[in-house]
Amino acid sequence: MGTAGHALSGAARSGALLRAAPALTSVLFLGPIGAGLAGTALPAFGWLPAIGGEALSLAPWRALLDAPGFAASLRVTLTTGFAATLLSLGLVVLFCAACHDRALFRRAQAVLAPMLATPHAALAIGFAFLAAPSGMLARLLSPWATGWTRPPDLATVNDAAGISLVAGLLLKEVPYLLLVTLAALNQVRAPALMRAARTLGYGPVTGWLKAVFPVVYPQIRLPVYAVLAFSLSVVDVAIVLGPGTPPPLAVLAVRWFLDRDLALWFPASAAALLLAAIVAASIAAWHVGERLAARLGRRWIASGRRGGGGGAAASLAAGAISLVVALSLASLAVLALWSFAGPWRFPDAMPRAFTTTTWDAHAGALAAPFRATVAIGALSTLAALALALLCLEAEARFGLTPGARALWLLYTPLLLPQVAFLFGLQVMLVRGGLDGTLAAVIWAHLMFVLPYVFLTLADPWRAMDPRLARNAAALGAGPWRTFLAVKLPVMLRPILVAAAVGFAVSAGQYLPTLFAGAGRVATLTTEAVTLSGGSDRRVVGAYALVQALLPLAVYAAAIAAPPIIWRNRRGLAVA
Amino acid sequence: MLDRRFLLLATLAAPAAARAQPERHPLLSAPWPEVVAAARGQTVFWNAWGGDDRTNGFIAWANDRVSERFGVRIRHVRLRDTAEAVARVVAEKAAGRIDGGSVDLVWINGPNFLAMKDAGLLFGPFVGRLPNARYIDTEGKPATVTDFTVPVEGLAAPWRMAQIVYVYDSATVKDPPRSIPAMLAWARANPGRLTHPTVRNFLGATFLKQALYELAPDPEVLATAATDTTFRPATAPLWDWYEAIRPHLWRRGQQFPENGPAQRALMNDGEIDLMISFNPSEASTAIANGQLPPSVRTYVLERGTIGNASFVAIPFNAAHKAGAMVVADFLLSPEAQAHGQDPRVMGTFTVLALHRLPPEERARFERLPRGVATLTDAELGRPLPEPHPSWMTRIVAEWERRVTP
Amino acid sequence: MSGLVLRAARIALGERALVGPLDLAVPHGEVVTLMGPSGSGKSSLLAWICGTLDPAFRAEGVVAVDGEDVTALAAHRRRIGILFQDDLLFPHLSVGGNLAFGLPPSVRGQDRRARIEAALADAELEGFAGRDPATLSGGQRARIALMRTLLAEPRALLLDEPFGRLDVGLRERMRRFVFDRARRLGLPVLMVTHDPEDAASAGGAVLHLLAGGAVRRAEPDGEVADALPA
Repeated sequence: MGTAGHALSGAARSGALLRAAPALTSVLFLGPIGAGLAGTALPAFGWLPAIGGEALSLAPWRALLDAPGFAASLRVTLTTGFAATLLSLGLVVLFCAACHDRALFRRAQAVLAPMLATPHAALAIGFAFLAAPSGMLARLLSPWATGWTRPPDLATVNDAAGISLVAGLLLKEVPYLLLVTLAALNQVRAPALMRAARTLGYGPVTGWLKAVFPVVYPQIRLPVYAVLAFSLSVVDVAIVLGPGTPPPLAVLAVRWFLDRDLALWFPASAAALLLAAIVAASIAAWHVGERLAARLGRRWIASGRRGGGGGAAASLAAGAISLVVALSLASLAVLALWSFAGPWRFPDAMPRAFTTTTWDAHAGALAAPFRATVAIGALSTLAALALALLCLEAEARFGLTPGARALWLLYTPLLLPQVAFLFGLQVMLVRGGLDGTLAAVIWAHLMFVLPYVFLTLADPWRAMDPRLARNAAALGAGPWRTFLAVKLPVMLRPILVAAAVGFAVSAGQYLPTLFAGAGRVATLTTEAVTLSGGSDRRVVGAYALVQALLPLAVYAAAIAAPPIIWRNRRGLAVA
Repeated sequence: MLDRRFLLLATLAAPAAARAQPERHPLLSAPWPEVVAAARGQTVFWNAWGGDDRTNGFIAWANDRVSERFGVRIRHVRLRDTAEAVARVVAEKAAGRIDGGSVDLVWINGPNFLAMKDAGLLFGPFVGRLPNARYIDTEGKPATVTDFTVPVEGLAAPWRMAQIVYVYDSATVKDPPRSIPAMLAWARANPGRLTHPTVRNFLGATFLKQALYELAPDPEVLATAATDTTFRPATAPLWDWYEAIRPHLWRRGQQFPENGPAQRALMNDGEIDLMISFNPSEASTAIANGQLPPSVRTYVLERGTIGNASFVAIPFNAAHKAGAMVVADFLLSPEAQAHGQDPRVMGTFTVLALHRLPPEERARFERLPRGVATLTDAELGRPLPEPHPSWMTRIVAEWERRVTP
Repeated sequence: MSGLVLRAARIALGERALVGPLDLAVPHGEVVTLMGPSGSGKSSLLAWICGTLDPAFRAEGVVAVDGEDVTALAAHRRRIGILFQDDLLFPHLSVGGNLAFGLPPSVRGQDRRARIEAALADAELEGFAGRDPATLSGGQRARIALMRTLLAEPRALLLDEPFGRLDVGLRERMRRFVFDRARRLGLPVLMVTHDPEDAASAGGAVLHLLAGGAVRRAEPDGEVADALPA
């Protein structure tokens, strides 16, 4: 009796711990965000006693508004943010509407997923190499097509309007939204709805827009908001491709945070807080836009207009998406090309000679950031996986149903501008004496890795056949044994994919490494972005290439591993 | 990035009042062999700008040398801007951290040096304790003892010389402008072929300072601190000239490269034909590394160009002062100076007085290849001194005001 | 000939012949039933007729409606309606919205509302225009689905086991509902099913799809004869 009671209470204890896992994860993960926001909000109003900010005041805001170029910075932020989001969503919708019955649609998922593994910064750097007036595209066309023997004085990157910034953002956002939409389409039985629409006389594009899109959009709403928030507050891509005088608001805030004059922290905090407000307002405005679009859409649907064959739209959409994919691949290729280039002057289309001197000279210097990136990525992904698995298991075991609110909570770090809470987070880390340590950076990365890992893992996990677990229980296995011996092996492929996604997210992080690491921790991304300022293109190319290939390699391993591990188990080897 | 450790103490308790430096740190009076012995096994955190891979390579070489010779390791903390290290020391002092600081050695000059010196953040005077300091060319190169009009007073050891030169592509530019007004005429005739780094960067600021020297009605005033009354009249001709030249700059003066290496990349790509540089050997070194075409050459203006010295200083609370002193002395050694002057490495000129060196050390320098694009000492002429740092701060603010839309 | 006509129809998946060769004519107002076990290719035949056949299948032959050869036309131009087992009502539109979806764009304004009301009345679901389809019962949804299809003014109607999801008691009512309206509108109807009750209720010719694709007509006495000539 006594021992049974002990066993029961032991199980109850571990059960209680597991049941608390979701709550614990939220605290671990949202707590720093809340504290970070507070830590940025207070200096925004003048309160930072350690550097003389003793009284609440509006002086930081006055300094912000008076700063040269503030209005232009604000304008650039808003225009590029909305333009990037509208264009990427528009392209994705057009593609799905026009090409959903084409063969390439089915293959799209396999092609796009690896593209997501490439960090933003690497793609941006490669794109800059392509699009600069002295870049690859100009070299290919000169001098035979353009007559240029010297690069033209055109601002094709870092232009004041932010066009190249929008283009660089599209390269990542279009694949991301497309993948998210494809996943959502699987869930809403799009082919069946399309069959109904087509047999009622609707052309493929119009039918898709009227019958499928309204059902799919609620599923991708949060990712669209995340894209909007990202476009408004991105820093690393803006540094590489965006305008410099004045830069978007997020870059301005970071520049001030890093300045020698500590008094600039106040307007920097104000700028960061303003950016958070802008993102919130933009999401609200987008939501209003959704309602408006819904109203207009319903009227359009009710009119019964059938639409045409959609051939033109299909060509346009396929062409646009192919262009995005081609530019991404070309961006990576040009990085590789530069890293192996000998002397190479405009307008030669190819270098005069190929050489490995750049690699030889920098292999040593690359080693340390490479190791750091791998360590941080691996540890933050492992932590995220553990937390995600525990939460999912708790969900399954105790029948906790995650509501919409849980989903919003999960998306919070993706919807807030990083710069708005990372400064305050650093304050917290200093309290614990942890700033500048690897552990701090890993924790900062965890905040962004966890949502992606969880979201990638959640659907496959929840779709796992419940009878497997029930059978295991019937055969006498305790819940933990079932978890370890049955659920984990069966879910190996989704777990590995989620791990690859998490690693890619970590490898691409810039601001969290910069802030939490207090500048002491160098990863491939921080080095590449720093060097992109202007060092030799060959050196930058080498760094950016390694930065790009590392997560791709992890992703490839994650895809290749299950068939090897399960070579004698056909049921698990194939997805 | 800035160290916020002080926030912990500040928020938990009233910050400890910053105590004055103890009268004389024992290291400053110990015999040199004792300093070397104390340094063995230390790791010196050298905070230095990491934006130029040649300098990074030199620092790595120095690490190899001092670790095998003295058992001291150098850890290069790469900064985007020296100001970061200054801010870190400031913050540590505000938190009352008077030893065990995170910065052992910092590559510094100009306004950053002034800031640290004025705030009492420097350890020393230590330069006089370094054996190799006797070779410093204090008469021929006054910039080694007066940094931007501020007396160094032994608080920082010089380690490389810099002088403004202008780099041009001799294949396309036959007659480069030899004065500031001539530069305006040249820019008008060759629109979009000249630029300068953003004035937030030290090289960009020096572009304007160099112009100021020639255009200011009374250059003497630059040696003193700038005030509201002196700034406007002294800089009015500069701004007139700049507003005239700006539309003819690269990208119509709307966009500027971030720093020196970015500017060099523009010249290599053929986007510009003329640029400013702080390193007389930069062109030769770049040609050797394939970073600039072989046709580039350098020149100085008729009335002379600004020159300065780069220093290394030790913060008052450095954790590894002995190691830092050993490294500073090594940097002053003829071996390190010659290695740095080698155009295949950094190509920066030495701070040492060659005539004071023993013959075998002097030979190191004589063996060095000159570099096809490097001017001789005579051609470089005597460098103009840097103006007081306050001029630069104001110029940067005024430029930003004028340039951002 | 008018009505729905199939000539030399053949459908194959890889090496396996599913249907064919088949020649079939469905006159106006008549219901022809095609029977066969699940997975035999009946649904693929219907998909081919209305133009939504998956490209993985190989199909040959001619489909003609009212004398017009529609084999090469895109699905949305053929004006051939189809009802599935799943009612496939659009979840984001109200009942009235779903019906409006089916109405041709040439019907405007007041006329549209009137036609929708009439359709609701016909389905004995007056006043349901503003309802959410998810709140309707299975039978109600099936009726709305049929009305939506009919509002689109198709020239032929295909039924893909449309009564399988309904409660047994409802089925006969639904069958009457569908066949009455189809006859009233003079539509040729081709129905595929594995339920003999459906065939009996339809009252028209009954064909059997056998393995290997052969189609045989069922005689009133239960024997199976060759397919009807065109």
